[in-house]
Amino acid sequence: MTHLTAFNISVNFPLYHSDNRSLKKTVFRSTAGRNRIGQDEKHRPVVQALRELSFTLGSGDRLGLVGRNGSGKTTLLRALSGIYQPTQGSLSMEGRLTSLLDPGQGMNMDLTGRENVRLRGLFHGMNKTQIAELEADVEEFAEIAQFIDLPVRNYSAGMTVRLAFAMATAVRPEILLMDEWILAGDANFMTKAKRRIEAMVRHADILILASHSAQTILEWCNRVLWLDGGAVVADGRPLDILARYLPPEQFAELAASRLEPPAA
Amino acid sequence: MSQTLFSISADRGWGQRFAIAAQDLREGFGLWRLAWALGMSDIKLRYRGSMLGPFWLTLSTGVMIGAMGVLYAGLFHTDIHSYLPYLAASLILWNYLSLMVSDGCTCFTVSEALIKGMRMPFTVHALRSVARNTIILAHNVVVIAVVFLVMHVGVTWYALWSFAGLGLWLVDGFAVALLLGAFCARFRDVPQIVASVMQIAFFLTPVMWTASILNKNRPASALVHYNPFFYILEVVRAPLLGAPLPLRHVAVAVAISAALCVAAALGFARTRGRLAYWM
Repeated sequence: MTHLTAFNISVNFPLYHSDNRSLKKTVFRSTAGRNRIGQDEKHRPVVQALRELSFTLGSGDRLGLVGRNGSGKTTLLRALSGIYQPTQGSLSMEGRLTSLLDPGQGMNMDLTGRENVRLRGLFHGMNKTQIAELEADVEEFAEIAQFIDLPVRNYSAGMTVRLAFAMATAVRPEILLMDEWILAGDANFMTKAKRRIEAMVRHADILILASHSAQTILEWCNRVLWLDGGAVVADGRPLDILARYLPPEQFAELAASRLEPPAA
Repeated sequence: MSQTLFSISADRGWGQRFAIAAQDLREGFGLWRLAWALGMSDIKLRYRGSMLGPFWLTLSTGVMIGAMGVLYAGLFHTDIHSYLPYLAASLILWNYLSLMVSDGCTCFTVSEALIKGMRMPFTVHALRSVARNTIILAHNVVVIAVVFLVMHVGVTWYALWSFAGLGLWLVDGFAVALLLGAFCARFRDVPQIVASVMQIAFFLTPVMWTASILNKNRPASALVHYNPFFYILEVVRAPLLGAPLPLRHVAVAVAISAALCVAAALGFARTRGRLAYWM
């Protein structure tokens, strides 16, 4: 069964390349709770990017991450991808995971789209036939026509996004982590992408999406985690959380556009 | 990323570190085809759009060795028929070694985007660096072959021992990439230090000159005697040139490699969990 459990996860970034002494002064001067710069057990200055996050996701969960810039959304996605070994706590999951953190990620901009798709196939340990199928699938879904044989550097932003999305979802992830850049696609592509994600989630899979767009969160997610300063502010149903997270007039607008009464 | 069970926790000491490092190696070697394809694409990209492609490597090495061979045979008052094959083999093999060291230093930092973008065994990046440099060597070997042909150097079955030595080098290259790659990711001054050490080593190691010149000079021959690069270089070069390879030299080379592997295992286990933070 697909599941993902984060237990008490903290991530601290070491500050090696800065002036330690002046930093230490800053650390000692500020005692306020909001301060992100702290010390680890060896008294080295660190940025506390994530603080003691715990949550469990099961089949069919579509978690939206909201929060200001720098609240830890992307770091959380990276930690869940297994890129950062947490400084504290533990993470366990079952399910093939794919993360779409930034559009160019994992792609070599100088190689053609097709060459990138082949490398991705090798990364997934595919054989020749499987890679050919992957190529066909990505070509069909990304709709970038003859651009597939040009270096990715020559793509428009939208094309890069389409290629990245097609590559990431063609191998049928069971856990999909996405950052908000997916919104760079045009309306036609968004509909297609949404259909693919929905099919994926119907198969009892997990989606985690970080976004600044309340509209997107409402459309795609059935649970929302609000982060601030690397810690959880609130966790619950999308409309409930958005009602608290968004400024009142924006939420009213959103609720009106949904033509649904906001949950009490 | 295709395996379905995954768990990771905060650092719990050496037991867990070695377990994670071993898993990384296992998964990384499982992806050897990816590492090879990445190494290939690095070379292809470097020469994309050029007429000769990677054979520019062959051509420029050939011209350099031809010119230096004439010059140094004159300087050392040696016969070009014996010196040129020696120089070609020495210089090309040394370039391979030194490239593996300097490229190994940056094997993780140049893949920053990949490392931060997806969970991929770090082993793949080290293997990619070894693959890339081995492909370069394969292009340069053509020059050795041409020089041997032109200078009528007889090659016997004994030369096949070079491949055994080359096998040892591949292991060394991988270990160096893991060790220095991690070290250089944390301390960004190290690549510069390594580059100057390799430069000094080039002049102190019998690459352009032969060790036999120093026979009468005790302090100078001690420089060769205690030079680890000499033994490493000899295990491939001596069989290739049909020169005798004392068992002691082989033993020293194997011992150096074993020490490198132990250091790499310790270093990699210690740093693996932190590497992504250092990018």
